[in-house]
Amino acid sequence: MASFIANTPADVEAMLKTIGVSSIDELFADIKRSHAPKSFNIPSGKSEFEVTEHLSRLAAKNAAGLIPFIGGGYYDHFIPAAVTALISRGEFATAYTPYQPECSQGTLQALYEYQSAICTLTGMEVANASLYDGGTALYEAAMMAARLTGRHKIIMDGGVSPIYRKILKTYTSNLHYEFTETPVVHGQSDRPQIRKLLDNDTAAVILQNPNFFGAIDDHADIVIKAHEQGALVIESVYPLSLGILKTPGEMGADIATGEGQSLGLPLNFGGPYLGIIATRKKFIRAMPGRIVGQTVDKNGKRCFVNTLQAREQHIRREKAASNICTNVSLCAVQSLIYMSLLGKEGLKELAQLNLDKAEFARQEIEKIPGVAVKRSSPTFNEFTVVLPKDASQVVEAMITKGFAAGFPLGRYYPGMENYMIVAVTEKRTKEEILAYAKALREVIH
Amino acid sequence: MQLIFEKSVPGKRGYRNPSPDIDVHIQVPEKYQRKQECGLPEVSELDVVRHFTLLSQQNFSVDTQFYPLGSCTMKYNPKFNEHIAQMPAFAGLHPLLPQLKQGEKLAQGALEVLYEMEQLLCEITGMDNFTMQPLAGAHGELTGVMMMAAYHKARGNKKKYIIIPDSAHGTNPATAAIAGYGIISVASDKNGVMNLEELKKKLNDEVAGLMITCPDTHGIFHSQIDEIARLVHSVDGIMYYDGANLNAVLGRFRPGDVGFDVMHINLHKTFSTPHGGGGPGAGPVGVNKKLVPYLPVSRVIKKEDGSYALNYDYPESIGYIASFYGNFAIILRAYAYTLLLGKEGLKETTDHAVLSANYIRERLKDRFELAFDRFCMHEAVFSAARQAKRGVHALDIAKFLIDEGIHPPTIYFPLTVKESIMIEPTESESKQTLDHFIDVMLKIDDLSKTQPEIVAGRPQSTPVSRPDEVKAARDVSTNYFLTQKDIRTSGYQDIRNELVS
Repeated sequence: MASFIANTPADVEAMLKTIGVSSIDELFADIKRSHAPKSFNIPSGKSEFEVTEHLSRLAAKNAAGLIPFIGGGYYDHFIPAAVTALISRGEFATAYTPYQPECSQGTLQALYEYQSAICTLTGMEVANASLYDGGTALYEAAMMAARLTGRHKIIMDGGVSPIYRKILKTYTSNLHYEFTETPVVHGQSDRPQIRKLLDNDTAAVILQNPNFFGAIDDHADIVIKAHEQGALVIESVYPLSLGILKTPGEMGADIATGEGQSLGLPLNFGGPYLGIIATRKKFIRAMPGRIVGQTVDKNGKRCFVNTLQAREQHIRREKAASNICTNVSLCAVQSLIYMSLLGKEGLKELAQLNLDKAEFARQEIEKIPGVAVKRSSPTFNEFTVVLPKDASQVVEAMITKGFAAGFPLGRYYPGMENYMIVAVTEKRTKEEILAYAKALREVIH
Repeated sequence: MQLIFEKSVPGKRGYRNPSPDIDVHIQVPEKYQRKQECGLPEVSELDVVRHFTLLSQQNFSVDTQFYPLGSCTMKYNPKFNEHIAQMPAFAGLHPLLPQLKQGEKLAQGALEVLYEMEQLLCEITGMDNFTMQPLAGAHGELTGVMMMAAYHKARGNKKKYIIIPDSAHGTNPATAAIAGYGIISVASDKNGVMNLEELKKKLNDEVAGLMITCPDTHGIFHSQIDEIARLVHSVDGIMYYDGANLNAVLGRFRPGDVGFDVMHINLHKTFSTPHGGGGPGAGPVGVNKKLVPYLPVSRVIKKEDGSYALNYDYPESIGYIASFYGNFAIILRAYAYTLLLGKEGLKETTDHAVLSANYIRERLKDRFELAFDRFCMHEAVFSAARQAKRGVHALDIAKFLIDEGIHPPTIYFPLTVKESIMIEPTESESKQTLDHFIDVMLKIDDLSKTQPEIVAGRPQSTPVSRPDEVKAARDVSTNYFLTQKDIRTSGYQDIRNELVS
């Protein structure tokens, strides 16, 4: 049957007889007749072939063939075949949250390994088993800082993804938090402004590295100033860049968050993604979401369980650290498989390749008369380009030439209409980059 | 089994990066470089494949075992869903494309999927509009409650509380609290549904709304749900339908028809997307006209020319609740599933889920105490109180089932039932599978009378036996790179004192 029902009419007959009713309808007696659906106008079922045809037609309406130079926190990295093959295994995909540890050691050990991988990647001491995505992870980190400090003021750097900043504002609109945004100066955090705002009501300073403009920074000095006021520092990161960039742990940050999409997850038009959160060991009880811990079974054998569950909603209900129930377990395991394949040397090499390709693209773009590339601070694989005209028009024109040329900043930063950010991953070949620069030159002149 | 880090051998590589095709090579300035070595493992591709294949085999899953986990709807996840989700023109689509000028043209197919799924969900539930953005059920709850708050704010209502039945999932009170509301709990009556008289007593002008799962976690449908809606609306409260159990009523009941104002759906339950060992899921939220103005942005609209666009211009919207348009690849799976099943198929899943649950209820009810002795919907809730008196607790029963190759039902939830065992067979399991499960349950009951010690001490067949959870919480070890002694946990006050010292 199309609805994946296993019972034959004879089975149904026998089951009804056992129950002692003559029809399935009788089992629904609690739903009053007057509560029957006023309408249920859904098309009739179709075959796999017909649905494939339909969805192929829809897929063809997406411009998937554009060569992407667009990032903004979500990047077109290559995904090794083994990642997709392993994560497709039904034993991972069709299991539930590991409430029964004896028959869930696969998921539990993988999540323990994921937490460990995130810790070594970010230089932090403890990580959870994942949150929904980078944006909601940052919100959870802000709430965590407020819980830990008992304070209500949050300072947010203007280089933090504007999308994340909007999410934070939505979630806290009914609660008593005070947000202040500090502008970016020469691509980096505005130190004097942050110092001025820091006081003993400040729960956290939220920073991002590389920031939305692509600029790299070292926030260690801000961390010192924040700690002098008893405030915490939250650092949102691009995990793949940590193959070479200074880690939040090395900067002294208290909470690291990040969007894990770059670690082996498809772009998927916005999700599912991977929310990373990691912190210092002493803050572990304030961290939201599932945490997997190591222990022993009754024979003394190493095993893994969900631990510190007293923070969670299914135990604490209205007193929980967060309302979240599940995480994005499968995405976390997917990123672990990716990180395991790359290994420490592979990740370093990949980060370097992204850096070099971006630099090559930057040099080619700089050659175009009238176009400038921001060089006031170093960048990783994304950088800010200043165009002689409206960036959104340029990007629109570049689409006709087969490129997703970048993300215009005017949408989120009024006054920066001639700016765009351009991302270059390891997948962009020399030929593509040269063709891009040629097309950009044509569009501008 | 060894950890992947313990299999690491210096110099091994599991993946080859593309060769540089450019001769530019730069260094990040010294002060921005990481100094600490990153400890990712050095292993071969085969090491990785074998490690994760062997790990996966330590899991029970729907693909390999009967998984009657109550409240979680572990139905079969069709392979077709996975096939569709991997189509490159969907999987490779960048979420910022439609935010470019004229960029909607670049994602017409994806926007149509979102729009069409919204329309289908509206028709299935009787709601007027949906947002596909919430990334999970609990995220949907928070979105719904924030819209509830926006509604009251716009009307100048002074509201402080949300009413929640005691049988609710923990996410309901946790969500209400995070959104800034106090909780009023209402007990269940002898029939297993929210006590109407107690509701009347507790209802007052400061009540913002009521969150209810229907059928509830006892597996019972509240036959007076329309009366509840009338009462809550009489104080200008909002009716929230927790769609966790929507799979019990497809084609039989639509929340929108009886006055629910807002609801969420767990696509990973009713619409067959895989649970993934704990996510990713998706929690779309539906609203009636009352709450439409407050829906989060962006919203997918269909223009007069038949094309699709994103609209951000809703001044009363609660704003951004997710980075983009929802867990698109999950929504796509659910859309494919809905098209496959269609009207008759959807109703059939509900009918068979309810039939199977009642079959189990009927065949076990003489041996295991029923929490409520009446027809159930998609799940049957028992109590192991009788067996517990013989020394065999719900936990022991669960562990025994593992040895029999069956994933345990949900135990000790709902909290309203002592020694509860909550069984949700779903429509995808056959009578033969149910009969086997029932036989094992009857065997456990027999053993509890004659040899209870045989049931205790299970499981024996799994790679590990019962874990020491107390040790896990005391000697916290959550990171391979830290020793257990490193992790000490402090109370908030200690931490605050330390922060300002």
